[in-house]
Amino acid sequence: MVSAVSTDASSAQSAAASESLIEIRDVHYSVGGRSIFSGLNLSIPRGRITALMGPSGTGKTTLLRLMTGQIKPTRGQILFDGIDVSALKTRELYALRRRMGMLFQNGALLTDMSVFENVAFPLREHTDLPECLIRNIVLTKLQAVGLRGAAQLMPAELSGGMNRRVALARTMATDPEVLIYDEPFTGLDPISMGMIVRLVRHMNAALGITSIVVSHDVHELSDLSDTSYIIAGGKVAAAGKLNELKGHQSEIVNQFLNGLPDGPVPFHYPAADYQQQLLADSE
Amino acid sequence: MKIVRELADNAGDFAATVGGVTLFLGRLLRQIPAALLRPSLIVAQVHNTGALSLVIIMTCALFVGAVLGLLGYDTLLRFGSEDALGTVGALGLVKELGPVVTALLYAGRAGTALASELGLMRATDQLTAIEMMAVDPMRRVVAPRFVGGVIAMPLLTVVFIAIGIFGVQLVGVQNFGVDSASFWSQMRASVELNDIAEGVIKGCVFGFACNLIAVYEGYNAIPTAEGVGRATTRTVVISAVLTLMLDYMITAVML
Amino acid sequence: MRSTRTVEISTGLFVLLGFAALFFMVTQITNRELSVDGASYDVTAQFENIGSLKPGAAVSMAGVTVGRVDSISFDQNVYKAVVKMRIASNYNRIPNDSDAAIMTSGLLGGQYVGITAGGSEEFLKSGDRITLVQDALVLENLINQLVASFMKRDNSDDAQQGAEGGQNKTEEAKQ
Repeated sequence: MVSAVSTDASSAQSAAASESLIEIRDVHYSVGGRSIFSGLNLSIPRGRITALMGPSGTGKTTLLRLMTGQIKPTRGQILFDGIDVSALKTRELYALRRRMGMLFQNGALLTDMSVFENVAFPLREHTDLPECLIRNIVLTKLQAVGLRGAAQLMPAELSGGMNRRVALARTMATDPEVLIYDEPFTGLDPISMGMIVRLVRHMNAALGITSIVVSHDVHELSDLSDTSYIIAGGKVAAAGKLNELKGHQSEIVNQFLNGLPDGPVPFHYPAADYQQQLLADSE
Repeated sequence: MKIVRELADNAGDFAATVGGVTLFLGRLLRQIPAALLRPSLIVAQVHNTGALSLVIIMTCALFVGAVLGLLGYDTLLRFGSEDALGTVGALGLVKELGPVVTALLYAGRAGTALASELGLMRATDQLTAIEMMAVDPMRRVVAPRFVGGVIAMPLLTVVFIAIGIFGVQLVGVQNFGVDSASFWSQMRASVELNDIAEGVIKGCVFGFACNLIAVYEGYNAIPTAEGVGRATTRTVVISAVLTLMLDYMITAVML
Repeated sequence: MRSTRTVEISTGLFVLLGFAALFFMVTQITNRELSVDGASYDVTAQFENIGSLKPGAAVSMAGVTVGRVDSISFDQNVYKAVVKMRIASNYNRIPNDSDAAIMTSGLLGGQYVGITAGGSEEFLKSGDRITLVQDALVLENLINQLVASFMKRDNSDDAQQGAEGGQNKTEEAKQ
């Protein structure tokens, strides 16, 4: 019984690995003469939770913006379900984005609308559904994130964690195929964090939504993610299950996963020699 | 040498801003027909920019009119023709003070509100979130605000003029005892429909300019608290300068 | 939906107020009675000098506006200004020997054409020309005449009444 389930899961995993939803091939991107990615390759398996991790400033958010077509790579391809995102026209890009949902760090709820209207927003924009149907969908989605009671509140009246849960309900309103979470755990207390972790897992398990989580919260992600990519120096530094990466030979991966204060990412910002500078100043 | 380089930099910045605004206007104009199909959004913006600016516009109009009454009366008295106060007040308000002061007040009240609202939406990822929901923020957010503002401005201008004339009349007729009949009849004899058309045209042009600057600065604000503050300041400064420059040009053309 | 109705009502009131203000301006502070929109007929008059008369100025009889100046042109054959006036059709009994004068309303007011009725039994009709005219008063000419007349008196009175002449001169200076 138990073995049957595990083989089932592993065969599903291999099938999913072969069939990836998002494929990033040899992507180069630089802004203002500074190179951010130089030959990035990774694939996001369908129906799984993938973690994108890395030290601050490695361009994790930039990678999300590339995947969603907000910016275009200088070289390379980004394939979403076989479609090259960077080659799309505006109209086609918008059609593609209806298949994606993105959760922003601070929720990004529209501040001039109530919680209810925020969740109803994508429905009103994209469909001509009658009001009673919209109401049902919105209440269902709010129920899923546990905030049906807060429907009439304004975003300013919500806590950070509630904000993100409403944003998740809003993102789910149009039933996307992939959910992208940009730093979903930052600045939350343990209770809210636990709620978000539960929701991410639930969305993935119950609805089979492909999930991409960008974070540097190693502890939470080691439980949550199926696959992890650690990005450093414009490339993928390590890939695989997070628990198995702990003893990785790469120094940067080691430093990152174990939270070491000094290593390839130096404690000291590059500077002239300390003693020399002190002596020079005293002269 | 340093000054020359700074001047060149500034000229470059200026050209870049002009180009940026022009391209932005192109994108904006293309979205306006779609935005017009959602009148409820525009009504909400007419309310935000127009109805909410009404109190400040009316108060200022009353005082501008009253000052015009005081100064006009004092000056005209020297020529013994204080009956012409109606003419002076009405022409001054209709052709110049009404549209210009309304535009300056509008930039300060509604323009900054627009710029900071959009800037804040940019800073808190709301605009990106809308884009990620496959909705063009230009159509859904910017265009209704722009159209609402462009509708509100001429209306505010005519309200300003009417209240301003009431202010002139209050000081001239009620306070200084200028003959009411000659006040109105002299005004009627000298104000032409063309003059009113000039005032309304100015109101429309200034409304277009002030709202364009406000939404441009807000939409393109640097997504930080400081960036939003800068966008707000720039909105007021650029709107004021642009209003006065356009005012000169329109006056020269319509003279 | 935070009180959509309140927003709609206040917006509606704002728009109505705007149009009310526009209506007030168009009807109350411009002189709509001046415009002759209905049936009308044209008469012309030639003046040596029209001063600062402009198209659109009033044409009045006994202080009542009966029409307005339609156009002003210069006739090179007679070297005179030709003023074409449009008069409302209900004023159709203006004697054809009436006199047209260019007057000024108040010290700073604009100029208008004042018509004084003549005694003829025949009335002006479309295309007629008013022959009796009185030019605009030009302030410079007036002062020149005044100065000339004082000069003359000064010269003749100079011998006997030097003191009085001096007084006159100060009056001239005031002018």
